[in-house]
Amino acid sequence: MSIDLKTIKHISKLSRISVDEEKADKLAGDLNSIFNFIEKLNQLKTDNIEPLTSVVETTLKLRTDEVKSKDLREQVIKNSPQDNEDYFVVPKVIE
Amino acid sequence: MSKNNSEYLINRKDNQYEVVIGLEVHAQVLSESKLFSTSSTKFGAEPNTQVSLVDAAFPGMLPVINEFCVKQAIKTGIGLNAKINKRSVFDRKNYFYADLPQGYQISQFKDPIVGEGKVILDMPNGQKEVGIERLHLEQDAGKSIHDLDPQNTFVDLNRSGVALMEIVSKPDLRSPDEVNSYIKKLRSIMRYLGTCDGNMQEGSLRADVNVSVRPKGSKEFGTRCEIKNVNSIKFMQMAIEYEANRQVDLIEEGKIIDQETRLFDTKKNETRSMRSKEDAHDYRYFPDPDLLPLEVSEKFIEELKNDIPELPDDKKKRFIDEFKLSSYEANILVSDIDIAKYFEEVVAKMGKNKDIKLAVNWITGELFAVLNSKNLEISQSPVSAKNFAILINLIKNGTISGKIAKTVFELMIKGDKDPQKIVEEKGLKQQSDPKALEALIDKIINDNREKAVEYKQGKEKLFGFFVGQAMKASGGKANPQLINEILKKKL
Amino acid sequence: MTDITKQSLSELVKNIKNKKLSSKEVTKAYIDRSEKSKELNTYITENYSSALEMAEKFDQKPNLDLKLPGIPMAVKDLFCTNNIRTTAGSKILNNFIPTYESTVTQNIWNEGAILLGKLNCDEFAMGSSNETSFFGNVQNPIDKNLVPGGSSGGSAAAVAGQLTPITIGTDTGGSIRQPASFTGTVGLKPTYGSCSRYGIVAFASSLDQAGPMAQSVRDCALLQEVISSYDPKDSTSIDFKRNEYSKELTNNIKGKKIGIPKEYRIDGMPKEIEDLWQKGIQYVKDCGAEIVDISLPHTSYALPAYYIVAPAEASSNLARYDGVKYGFRAKGENLIDMYEKTRSEGFGTEVQRRIMIGTYVLSSGYYDAYYLKAQKVRKLIKNDFDEAYKKVDAILTPSTPSSAFKIGEKTDDPVSMYLNDIFTVPVNLAGLPGISIPAGHDTNGYPLGLQIIGKAFDEQNVLNIAYAIEEKINFKNKITDWWIK
Repeated sequence: MSIDLKTIKHISKLSRISVDEEKADKLAGDLNSIFNFIEKLNQLKTDNIEPLTSVVETTLKLRTDEVKSKDLREQVIKNSPQDNEDYFVVPKVIE
Repeated sequence: MSKNNSEYLINRKDNQYEVVIGLEVHAQVLSESKLFSTSSTKFGAEPNTQVSLVDAAFPGMLPVINEFCVKQAIKTGIGLNAKINKRSVFDRKNYFYADLPQGYQISQFKDPIVGEGKVILDMPNGQKEVGIERLHLEQDAGKSIHDLDPQNTFVDLNRSGVALMEIVSKPDLRSPDEVNSYIKKLRSIMRYLGTCDGNMQEGSLRADVNVSVRPKGSKEFGTRCEIKNVNSIKFMQMAIEYEANRQVDLIEEGKIIDQETRLFDTKKNETRSMRSKEDAHDYRYFPDPDLLPLEVSEKFIEELKNDIPELPDDKKKRFIDEFKLSSYEANILVSDIDIAKYFEEVVAKMGKNKDIKLAVNWITGELFAVLNSKNLEISQSPVSAKNFAILINLIKNGTISGKIAKTVFELMIKGDKDPQKIVEEKGLKQQSDPKALEALIDKIINDNREKAVEYKQGKEKLFGFFVGQAMKASGGKANPQLINEILKKKL
Repeated sequence: MTDITKQSLSELVKNIKNKKLSSKEVTKAYIDRSEKSKELNTYITENYSSALEMAEKFDQKPNLDLKLPGIPMAVKDLFCTNNIRTTAGSKILNNFIPTYESTVTQNIWNEGAILLGKLNCDEFAMGSSNETSFFGNVQNPIDKNLVPGGSSGGSAAAVAGQLTPITIGTDTGGSIRQPASFTGTVGLKPTYGSCSRYGIVAFASSLDQAGPMAQSVRDCALLQEVISSYDPKDSTSIDFKRNEYSKELTNNIKGKKIGIPKEYRIDGMPKEIEDLWQKGIQYVKDCGAEIVDISLPHTSYALPAYYIVAPAEASSNLARYDGVKYGFRAKGENLIDMYEKTRSEGFGTEVQRRIMIGTYVLSSGYYDAYYLKAQKVRKLIKNDFDEAYKKVDAILTPSTPSSAFKIGEKTDDPVSMYLNDIFTVPVNLAGLPGISIPAGHDTNGYPLGLQIIGKAFDEQNVLNIAYAIEEKINFKNKITDWWIK
């Protein structure tokens, strides 16, 4: 298999990382050599194998329905790159 | 095929089209805290004051599931006559958006907590069964506010992480009316169960509407469009109507319908395409490695089953059997849990010698009229069930006439007073002493001798005149039945 | 008394408890040495003045019942620390100051330790040489221009260079054991679910595990008993009975069955690694343990499976770094433009590469062929270990296929870099405990490590075997202090 520039553009869009031509070329090369290595898995027949969902052999623990978290607005907004004290602020979203 | 003319079809020159609708309803789970964090779910708080570090997706923060939300989902599943899955899996649905702090939504994709079920709708032409495909738990997103600033979008994460149940129907709905009935039924069931408050104004219940059309009689489905996030039944109906006609027009023009996500513009009353095709979503679902599979035992489910109250369908059946109500009356009374509660309390408070028909007429008549005019829910009724029951009993035992009862009811609305007291204070008690009434009637006949003669000669219409005079003379308090009897005797 | 920074943790604890040393003296000694060791570039953020204050405060009212009384230590910069910058080695978190503390570090402070600073690491723990850090390379104290391994490279270098008596790292595919091996130190990756992941910047959630790094097995055991705890804030944390590992530590491993997996004898493995392994086998025999040849047939599929699972989880875990809530934000025309520029400028090359791999293997049409397949392979690998553990109590392997390499030697060839983790990755995929202990030197005098892999939750046995071998080997790290002028 081979990962072409179109695919690189597609996954860069999905992962929201901008990629220029030069970077795309380099990425395509790297990814192809990595996938070449990963393709080794195809040698293995796994038709009747159940996929592992968790190495931990236990079930999900459930917590009680209690409000414990207080108003953390100041803490939560403190680290944001741009704020107006009440909200997170981002450049205009175009629908 | 066509059973009757209530079938909803879209007509064009020579063709008739059937509309196929499926709904993905998002119902906010009634719980104190969020699905995976301990912040409050209360509606209407100041922006970003109900946001924990987990909700805002700070580095290293991890989800821990709320047991109550799991129970709520299972209860809802039971209410939808659905299969409860003992093992379900939480997946991540990956996409970027300003109000999605994690960059993914925790949802259930392959293995939902609730499987197939069904709900029954009461339509004018009979009952209709709507299949439920599944119900799964997921996180709500935050809110983007676009109109506070010209350059920027503001983000409020209060809602981020609140538990939602997504209830997916099969494509069994065929008209806006059925959609109306379906949403109301779902809402009713969840309100009975206490799993969702169903408050559409506050966004506790909203739906994505899948619409397709096909020539009448066709078995194949047409290409569907999904109308996202519609938050009122009226808008759903309008959106379906518009969208179905749009699709039919495309077919008639020989054009192709694109499978796409559309938005209902409530100002223009039309749907429009939301995203370009190049940006088609690829959500890259995979099991959330921060969470293990959710496993619930048979015992856990059984205990919840024992906790399920009488639901609308059963209640309706009981009302018909026990109180001899018509299906129509029973439907109205069970449609909302608060109405049913009110009615049952009235029944209980009326005691032994009760007139249930009369109570039903008064609830669906006078009480509903007042609630409507004041825009109140029955839970906010100005007249308590207890006083309402007393009023009905006063009518039933002849203490007051139906007409006087209306006057009493007017006064009750103003301050939920005991009607008994109102009757006493205002001297509204019905005059049922035959001797006194006879004297009163004798005087009236005496005063209107010519009319009495005319009546005897065959002008029977005049009987009403005498009744009216008698009522007037008694200040409206005379027992109308007695008046009738005495007049017949004397005239 | 010997130079403070040359003392083991156990000695320091004893000396503080006996009041032969104050916390301030110890803290100052490490700060002084760290100040002279800037060339190693181990610290991303220093916490020296506040550490001294805390040491003074400790000395005024010393609680000597604690396990780490007034002991200063630096931690990998992947652990969120309240009010102290936490970067994960990335530009995208360059200015991020958490308002919360990871459970593992909280456990450490609860036992009386004092934070010296935050240690360099590969960006988001993605790397095997500490060369992907936004804050630059870390020098291996063993030799100039030698990588310390990664991703816990700063942690390993700080312990080997005696800039901290002990430390903690995280291990997703070998990030504790490989740098331990490269620097002649001891590093334990505990069983998945043993140490809480709460407050640790996530790389790959189903593989990440925090663990202790130290100069000796005993110090490792003590730190492990401090950091391991059941934590309701982490849904994958396991509630099992945890030992007081240091108290129950013993070199008596008589009769233990130790497995030697033939699949770890890979093509092209340097002779010195093979020799080291044989030496290790001889040592455990000398301790009275029994050697059993075993097979872990799917070993060679572990690394390819890892390079699907780990990037897939990472691509999703790192989606939260979008310039909205915290961290670096690039200017953008609109929201999407801001996202794309922020993530392109904020993440380094290796992180971007892995996000791309992860996005690709999860994308529509490829999920079954890659992600699902890898999870099936993971099951097979776990089954291999389950089978083996019917016959043996633990498994002995080399830690790495080679000794430390030069800075820049492998940066252009991701696959050859990835191959470094060939012996450590299967342990993460199966969620097992594994320890690397220094066991010898190559021809350059660079340290080489042996790995002991145990059954799930059997850290005690792993530590005991390591302890027994450590005593036999009597390894001496060759630290010349070359960086101190």
